[in-house]
Amino acid sequence: MKLAYYPGCSLKGTSFEYEVSLLKILETLNIEVKEIPDWNCCGASAAHSINHNLSVALPARNLAIAENGGYESVLAPCAACSNRLKSADYELKTDDILKKKITDSLEMPYKAEMSINNMLEFLIGVVGKDKIKSMVKKPLSGLKVASYYGCLLVRPPKIMKFDDPENPVTMDELVALTGAEPVDYSFKTECCGAINSLSKPDVVMALTGNILYDIKKHGADLVVVACPLCHSNLDVRQREIERKYDEKLGLPVLFITELLGLSFGITPKDLAIDGHMVAADRVLKKIEGLPNQQ
Amino acid sequence: MARIGVFVCWCGSNIAGTVDVEKVREEAAKIPGVVSALDYKYMCSDPGQNSLRNIIKEKNLTGIVLAACSPHMHENTFRKAAAKEGLNPYFVEIANIREQVSWVHEDKERATAKAVDLMKMMVEKVKRDKPIEDVRVPLNKKALVIGGGIAGIQAALDIANGGVEVILVEKEPSIGGKMIQLDETFPTLDCSSCIMTPKMVEANQHPNIKLYTYSEVEDISGYIGNFKVKIKKKARSVVEKDCTGCGECWNACPMHKNIKSEFNVNLSERTAIYVPFPQAVPLVPVLDRSVCLHFKKGGKCQKCYDACGPKCINFDLQDEIIEETVGAIVASTGYDLMDTSMYGEYGYGKYKDVISGLQFERILSASGPTEGVIKRPSDGKTPQTIVFVQCVGSRDPEKGVPYCSKVCCMYTAKHAKLFAHKVHGSQSYVFYIDIRSTSKGYEEFVRSTMEQDGAIYLRGRVSKIYEDEGKLIVKGADTLSGNQVEIAADMVVLATGVIPKKGSDKLAQMLGISYDKYGFFTESHPKLRPAESSTAGIFLAGMAQGPRDIPESVVSGSAAASKILGLFSKNEYEVEGTIAGVNEATCVACFYCQRVCAYNAISRKEIKDRSGKLVKVVANVNPGLCTGCGACVNACFSKSIDVKGFMDDQIYAEIKALAI
Repeated sequence: MKLAYYPGCSLKGTSFEYEVSLLKILETLNIEVKEIPDWNCCGASAAHSINHNLSVALPARNLAIAENGGYESVLAPCAACSNRLKSADYELKTDDILKKKITDSLEMPYKAEMSINNMLEFLIGVVGKDKIKSMVKKPLSGLKVASYYGCLLVRPPKIMKFDDPENPVTMDELVALTGAEPVDYSFKTECCGAINSLSKPDVVMALTGNILYDIKKHGADLVVVACPLCHSNLDVRQREIERKYDEKLGLPVLFITELLGLSFGITPKDLAIDGHMVAADRVLKKIEGLPNQQ
Repeated sequence: MARIGVFVCWCGSNIAGTVDVEKVREEAAKIPGVVSALDYKYMCSDPGQNSLRNIIKEKNLTGIVLAACSPHMHENTFRKAAAKEGLNPYFVEIANIREQVSWVHEDKERATAKAVDLMKMMVEKVKRDKPIEDVRVPLNKKALVIGGGIAGIQAALDIANGGVEVILVEKEPSIGGKMIQLDETFPTLDCSSCIMTPKMVEANQHPNIKLYTYSEVEDISGYIGNFKVKIKKKARSVVEKDCTGCGECWNACPMHKNIKSEFNVNLSERTAIYVPFPQAVPLVPVLDRSVCLHFKKGGKCQKCYDACGPKCINFDLQDEIIEETVGAIVASTGYDLMDTSMYGEYGYGKYKDVISGLQFERILSASGPTEGVIKRPSDGKTPQTIVFVQCVGSRDPEKGVPYCSKVCCMYTAKHAKLFAHKVHGSQSYVFYIDIRSTSKGYEEFVRSTMEQDGAIYLRGRVSKIYEDEGKLIVKGADTLSGNQVEIAADMVVLATGVIPKKGSDKLAQMLGISYDKYGFFTESHPKLRPAESSTAGIFLAGMAQGPRDIPESVVSGSAAASKILGLFSKNEYEVEGTIAGVNEATCVACFYCQRVCAYNAISRKEIKDRSGKLVKVVANVNPGLCTGCGACVNACFSKSIDVKGFMDDQIYAEIKALAI
């Protein structure tokens, strides 16, 4: 199966660590993905609040390029991207009139038969647990890891059709494969404040603070995510939150791909773990025999 | 030569306001074979019926057409009137010019033309009518009640008190159903088991009731008056007639850990040999072979046998099949509570102190796991704050079911009230969508829970429940104040939705009765035949039909019983003669009719010559089951089936009358 890869803007910018680590583990797993040529913005939070047709047309163009290029499956690691691609695909599948309108404006056919995977679906469904397990060279035993899912991976459940929308476990299963211990806590899908980070940082700090302190209370060493915006709120805002609530957190926030990479024996530097705001080296020292830090 | 009378009814202005009734009469008089045509203000009135009878006599009529209201209204009235003059009642036909013409059209001229057409069609039909005799089916005057909850017990007692034998079959080791699990009942706070146990005992001791507990109906065939029933009596491993219910056996059983008590909804443990609860009827234990050491470890353990005085434990007992023939059946299989696993956000199953309403009933109950002292499952402490969440699964088309479970508003009010009575100074919160308290005394009951017992009612849904430092944090919305609320509770009680008993759809298929998309049995008519199923001789009672409370279940049990007693007051059951008949000469025995028949009315019939040699196989219609729906007529390739009163030649003649 030919696998298309839709990076979206985050993986090329603020969350470059996500792309670096993803490509690195795919290389180790010997899985080839091809970046969709001439891809454009998925629309994310802006388009669907302004123009419905545009919010469908933007992701549809990316999907159509991939489909016409002979791809059957697309990987969208960013949770917002996969959410938008799936939503557009769902609307095109269920609304023939809209489909005609959109494909006419794209001047491209689109059959809407593409399988769209978020990062976790891709790892569990396309790569497979067995293959991942067989690649684990450095089990991360002794490490307690909390998986934070956020909202976009699981909601709306009717369209995402992914895991239990209120109590997802897929990422915890991946964590367990690395040899680390998954930590259960109460705010797995609670809102992190998302894009309000720019307009209402106080709201974001309150919401993200709730999540981080709950994770801390449940004894986790670090947090894994599969969403660039979640990552940015949990990682970048952490120092401010600590100052605001006058309580230390010190929770490194890694992408799931980085955690897998570590267990595959890839160095933190090659996974770009040094690119985060909350340094992970103190926590990573807990892992025995991990290749040299930075 | 046909001598037809046509009677055009005005129905006051109901018909005459839109249809020119005189014109219809004039047109009728012109049709060959019509010897009398009349219009009258109210044909159904006494003078109307009398004129009908007089004309039958005077003109020696061979058939009658009434251009009037729907046959559902007065077909029977006119058939009876005709029969009194010696005419076969099936020689009365109705042209419906009210519901199908005057009530649905405005243009008088065109409405009149349509009324004339319908009248003409019926004249052609009645000309070709043949006399039809009603079918009489003999009745076995014995009833079967499936399900021994309050509805089934009430039905069984009422039938038995009417002097008719009843077989009561219950799947569980004891009768009593869900009601015996409840603590106190709303709105009177009667102790549920105090009012239930006398009924259970009465059912057990009634000379007309044969009770089969720990038994299931395996197979049902036949039809009204003559149902053949196979009942599987599961091996109890205890000889019922010798058992005294002393309890030595279950006290001796070494398996007293890790087997969850079904009766206490997993809040306590039971032994392998057990009675579900102390007031069980019959008070005879059941040995659960799936967990018993004797069966799991090759016969080594027999501590219960050793302890038993009368030696009534028999490890070799086998399942038994009992066959019975009954004339009528009550299906009262009850309900289950919805599994709340789709509400991951409420943490049921994850947090020990998030429990269901039925579990709270057991905690309240004096015979429950905490002997009526309110203690929470996690650490046995008495909670000071409880949050009750209503509509968990009910009224939620996204995750649960769209319908209202009806009893939750009331039992939640009762829970909050009893909590306030038992734990002084405590506080309860109730999240609700609407309060539905529509029966006698219900609204006052809910009000007093709010006003006297201090329960705080919050209109809104709960979005999340999580644990934080020993408290359950309940996050929700109060839509009346427009605020988000967060309550730190010691325990949370979920009012989980009501769904049909597991397996009730299978039973419905076995019985040949219809059920809705949720699995609730559907009544023959939602307003006018609420106790009858879609199949003659099978009646419905209790929650198996849909959510209802105890008084309604009792009423429905009694209703089913009175229907059966009414049925059994005659020796034969009369079935309308308009049923399917097979032309055996042309039937090719393809049995396509059998496949389309929804009522299992078609069977194979072997025709043999005098020497007993098989000549041919044909389809045969069971008059007790056939409803005359006509599905088989359409399915028959060789045109060998017709429904009496709706023969092909009649239908063609009607169409022709319309075409001319």
